[in-house]
Amino acid sequence: MPVIFEKSGCGRSAYPMPEWKLDDADPIPPELLNDGVDLVEAGELDIVRHYTALSRMNFGVDTGMYPLGSCTMKYNPKINERVAALPGFTGLHPLASRGLSQGALEVLHGLSGLLCAITGMRRFSLAPAAGAHGELAGVMVIKKYFEKRGERRGVILIPDSAHGTNPASVAMCGFETREVPSTSEGDVDMEKLRSIVDQNVAAMMLTSPNTLGLFDRNTPAIANLLHDKGALFYCDGANLNALLGVVRVRDLGFDLMHINLHKTFSTPHGGGGPGSGPLGVCDELEPYLPVPVVLKGKDGFHLEYDRPDSIGRIHSFYGNFLVALRAFVYISMLGSEGIRDAGETAVLNANYLLSLLRKDYNLPVDRACMHEFVLNDKNMPGGVTTNDIAKRILDFGYHAPTVYFPLLIPGAIMIEPTETETRETLEAFAEAMIAIKREAETSPETVKTAPHTTPVGRVDAVLAARKPVLKWEP
Amino acid sequence: MKYTCGADADRAAMLASIGVRSVDELFAGIPKDFRLKGGLDLPEALSEIEVMRRMEELAGKNRPGRCFAGAGSYVHYLPAAVDALASRSEFYTAYTPYQAEVSQGTLTAIFEFQTFICRLTGMDVANASMYDGATALAESVLMSVGVSGKKTVAVADTLHPHYRRVLETYCWANDVEIRTAHGEAGVMMTPAADALDGASALIIQSPNFFGCVEDVSALSSAAHAAGAHSIVVVTEPHSLGLLAPPGKSGADIVCGEAQSFGNPVGFGGPALGMLAAGAGFMRRMPGRLVGRTVDSAGKEAYALTLQTREQHIRRERATSNICTNQGLCALRAAIYLSVLGNGIRKLAILNHKLAARCKKSLSSKGFRPVFERPYFNEFAVKIPGAPAVMKRLEEEGYVPGVHLGDYYEEYEDCVLICCTEMTGPDDMDGFAEAVARFAK
Repeated sequence: MPVIFEKSGCGRSAYPMPEWKLDDADPIPPELLNDGVDLVEAGELDIVRHYTALSRMNFGVDTGMYPLGSCTMKYNPKINERVAALPGFTGLHPLASRGLSQGALEVLHGLSGLLCAITGMRRFSLAPAAGAHGELAGVMVIKKYFEKRGERRGVILIPDSAHGTNPASVAMCGFETREVPSTSEGDVDMEKLRSIVDQNVAAMMLTSPNTLGLFDRNTPAIANLLHDKGALFYCDGANLNALLGVVRVRDLGFDLMHINLHKTFSTPHGGGGPGSGPLGVCDELEPYLPVPVVLKGKDGFHLEYDRPDSIGRIHSFYGNFLVALRAFVYISMLGSEGIRDAGETAVLNANYLLSLLRKDYNLPVDRACMHEFVLNDKNMPGGVTTNDIAKRILDFGYHAPTVYFPLLIPGAIMIEPTETETRETLEAFAEAMIAIKREAETSPETVKTAPHTTPVGRVDAVLAARKPVLKWEP
Repeated sequence: MKYTCGADADRAAMLASIGVRSVDELFAGIPKDFRLKGGLDLPEALSEIEVMRRMEELAGKNRPGRCFAGAGSYVHYLPAAVDALASRSEFYTAYTPYQAEVSQGTLTAIFEFQTFICRLTGMDVANASMYDGATALAESVLMSVGVSGKKTVAVADTLHPHYRRVLETYCWANDVEIRTAHGEAGVMMTPAADALDGASALIIQSPNFFGCVEDVSALSSAAHAAGAHSIVVVTEPHSLGLLAPPGKSGADIVCGEAQSFGNPVGFGGPALGMLAAGAGFMRRMPGRLVGRTVDSAGKEAYALTLQTREQHIRRERATSNICTNQGLCALRAAIYLSVLGNGIRKLAILNHKLAARCKKSLSSKGFRPVFERPYFNEFAVKIPGAPAVMKRLEEEGYVPGVHLGDYYEEYEDCVLICCTEMTGPDDMDGFAEAVARFAK
């Protein structure tokens, strides 16, 4: 597929430039100016055809199911998009005074309240622009907390099943990560944990349910153990979908958490963002939240900066406001009943799909799952690997599941259907996965050379890394 | 309103297949004491009609007005083609393009975005985006420090104060010392030697927070002479339609905010951080990189590449923890820049002339410019009693610029004003006339 630069040739810009007659401006010294620009000159129709063609090479939730574990690729409601396009929101400058932005401030304040009701936390900052940003802010809160107490604690614990952003966020704050192993049942190994929690441990980060899609039965015990040693307990909220309306994260003993609005709260993934990763904290940690905090007073809402214990600013303004807005609409539409229904149906759908697949695929940890489950390619005939299966499922009109994560399950295939898929879709997906298993038995080459019907065939990732070409040149 | 669907008969059949009698049994792993008995403390669910009313009411409590504010967020005209194309659901409901074979749309557009940013900044490599300009700067600093091993940076005090604050947060978390290089009369002069001594990088912004264009070449030379990287921050990249690319003026890293390319201001987010650098930084860059390759049939294709830098592979030794970035915003920027194309130069000149007209208009009414420096589309004027005047202007439907006195005591009554093609000549004249009226 050519890039837009190859469609250049119109000889002029497609931009609808007004022809105002203006005087010459104060001159700028020529050495500060460029000699001209060399971008592109394409006509509007060619541009429209180009990007339309590109879109048709993309798979999206609106095209088909994404059984991506830990991504919660649920339906993105269109009402969210309509609201997020209202000029009263899109056209509002972030530095407009408070009198001009009461609606926006009410949304931010309101969303924090809704997320607190769902999770039991005291207050949420909507400043983090993604889950990893929320994690980073959370680790910063932990750091500030101990700094204020005059305690030097250098270690943060993460389970061996943790998502890569956990140790990366920890490292970006000058802490050392230590890994805690899991048992064969998929829980954190309590004995090992007890032996490593000491006064040097600042916190433990745990995804709940964990990245195997299992609720760690030791969660309350872990909380007690950490708190006894004066450490904090952080919840990576990527899998919050399983707990909606069923249990509040704070009640499990977590002191702080981040949420992924683009997972649990239906905001679109956008092909890699924008997301939003609100950071929620308990009472004790509330003073450390990033600034500004949105507060409600008797004369309306305002941005509060006078927060001496805050970790500081983490975003140039207030986070991804138009994303937060979508989540606000979503929760408003669902209400308490709809939120609970989402959580229950997510878990029901995952268990149902598991029941359809478990005869044909290896299940490394045999327990009732929550909203996702992990299979793997053990005993797959024909030398067919997880990667092959992922590529072949594309031919059946589905996106691949999450593969090779978590790391502690070799060849992991992590499947999360979400609550918005119907029984029929789940059954059709299961049929496709089983068909691939049959192919592995009878004609493995079909699987190993997949995909066959996608816009491009299997891409050469090795070449892409060996000879990086990261921009177009004529 | 629920987005699930399943008749009771379906539920029964599913539960039977699983081998349990109720959904409740599926949650048996969660200790009973912690499971909620009642509902959550949330407002009643709303229908779509009710939600729309409620949200229109909230939107109505905002007054975007005729906007003369810039300072890191810029109201520009969004050509109709941008919304029309970016709202195609294959773009916005798509996941991160890890499965390249079904993501060529996203990957190609990001490759184009990377190309546009390299061309405008004069750099070799640009990534697929960061969260915003401030975090792009923070991560640029961490990249510089990671390469040099020197845990000090010098920051021009003409940098956007919000960017300074975010940088302070990230530097505190990583034990990086920030020294301030002091400017004069709205620009950075030669940074003091003690600011640069042993520093990993000198950070400057151009045009800077006060709207003044910096001498990037001279400042980059000063940085290099001290063995430091030159990091140049750009918050209004339309300026690159007119001004010399920082990469040709000695910048080692160019970062900043690309929101003004095709994205609405949206009360500050989503934004669009950009990060570009010389080829030597390629393997140390944070964020995603899209590269060109071929598929199994030798056909040209795009894929995420050099992923061993990233968190999902390198974990605690990754160049950053960034995962989700600002993909759709980068797509919008690519579409916008395709439409604007080489017209960016004409648009930049238009912005500059509009700012000049506004500046002249205000000056002629007695509101003197604060700085005598080259500028692009932002400038500061002195308006006695500015806070009160701005309040009156707000009532008249303006977002009347940014009061610099809110940030710096010495700039009390100085107002930073931004002019773009969204405020035409008549708007300029009307604004100046209103200022004069209220400043009496």
